[in-house]
Amino acid sequence: MFNLIKDTLLSQVVTLWHVFSHAFVKADTVQYPEEQPYMFPRWRGRIILSRDPDGEERCVACNLCAVACPVDCIALQKTEDEDGRWYPEFFRINFSRCIMCGFCEEACPTYAIQLTPDFEMAEYTRQDMVWEKEDLLISGTGKYHDYSFYRVAGKSIKGKDKGEALNEAAPVDVRSLLT
Amino acid sequence: MTWEVGSYLNIGVILGLVIFIAAMLIWVERRLLGLWQERLGPNRVGWFGLLQVAADMIKIFTKEDWIPPFADRMSFVLAPAIIMVVILTSFAVIPFAPGVGVVDSNIGILFVLAMASLGAYSVMLGGLSSDNKYALLGALRAAAQMVSYEVFMGISLLGVVALSGSFNLREIVIAQSDGWYIFPQFIGFVIFLIAGIAESHRLPFDIPEAEQEICSGYHTEYSGMKFGMFFVGEYLGLVLIASLLTVLFFGGWLGPAFLPPIFWFAIKAFGFIAFFILLRAAIPRPRYDQLMTYGWLFLLPLSLLNLLVTGAIILVTQ
Repeated sequence: MFNLIKDTLLSQVVTLWHVFSHAFVKADTVQYPEEQPYMFPRWRGRIILSRDPDGEERCVACNLCAVACPVDCIALQKTEDEDGRWYPEFFRINFSRCIMCGFCEEACPTYAIQLTPDFEMAEYTRQDMVWEKEDLLISGTGKYHDYSFYRVAGKSIKGKDKGEALNEAAPVDVRSLLT
Repeated sequence: MTWEVGSYLNIGVILGLVIFIAAMLIWVERRLLGLWQERLGPNRVGWFGLLQVAADMIKIFTKEDWIPPFADRMSFVLAPAIIMVVILTSFAVIPFAPGVGVVDSNIGILFVLAMASLGAYSVMLGGLSSDNKYALLGALRAAAQMVSYEVFMGISLLGVVALSGSFNLREIVIAQSDGWYIFPQFIGFVIFLIAGIAESHRLPFDIPEAEQEICSGYHTEYSGMKFGMFFVGEYLGLVLIASLLTVLFFGGWLGPAFLPPIFWFAIKAFGFIAFFILLRAAIPRPRYDQLMTYGWLFLLPLSLLNLLVTGAIILVTQ
């Protein structure tokens, strides 16, 4: 009999008390438009294309982001300028497809494509969700301030020949090994 | 026009206020649930979200009032009207304060119980006429639950009737001026509380409309204002049970003289309403068979025992 009362009545009363005591706890709600939540720096939000410290586009149009993208929302076309630098002729992200997984950022060899803590991306029409390179490109370096791909890579472009990159030895003439 | 029991002014004010309070409970319930779940609840429309009710009303009135082609038209339309009419009629016998009330009936308690029984028709007709398996299951559960819990809802009140010697709710309140019946009739109070929740099928006894199990039960096929009437009917039932608990066990309008009697009634009734909302926030729904077993094998014998002991004590002391 005592156990019956304990199980049926007392446990319910204890539950009631516990729930009631939450009346004196501050609500967790963040009143969003007026009150902005803290966004962590590594939050995976709106995608941007960054520039290197010299102000040039970092993207070398290698297509790795487009390959890594699980929903195929990235489209780009490679082209070259007269200096031999590769860059995308167009770079298009369809944000109505994007799932903010960040695979493109992980795949990018030049830190060009980066995800930012901005999440307020709602639009009234679907077409407005398609962002072109002009929309994506920012004027800064994003999360990596000192990195410049062409400065460390072996690729020769105008103004920087083979062997002149950072920490790179001059190329060896393989025929000299035969003597 | 005079201010006395049964005057047209009295009737109009009570009718309007009761429906207004039942509608406002939509907001009260959401805010209180928010409070107990550490969130805020609706606070955007109007002051503290008070106009949320108006927004909900506009929405529900402008929605399509659809009657499914496979439903039985007449009883489908009749069902939500029954619950509103039945519960509003029950308010007729509630004594809100001296001079405030619709009728001063000698059979007040019996009238309320009879009307509560009629309320079962609303749910049953709604579920049956929908011609939907979930609605039918809901109606089935509702019928069984309401019929079972009505049995000892009545019996639990007999202790109060025996103590006060009257079926008249107004006289029951006056009889409590030297002590509320919560003390001598505590078991009766608990049983009536539980039966009342089951009768108005509020959580945790909302088995007839358990969303997780059977969609929305008997009002699955209802939309627009017909659904709104079931919805407001449920809140009206909540107010009714809270008022009855106040009148029968907590001395109705009686209280210290620094507040007018009607305020005491309102404070007590609102306390019960808040308690019902707390129950909704805290207690999970029992299984259907648990509810039936609990009712027939525990509450019914307990209420009979309570009646027996009360009768014996009255017999001995007189």
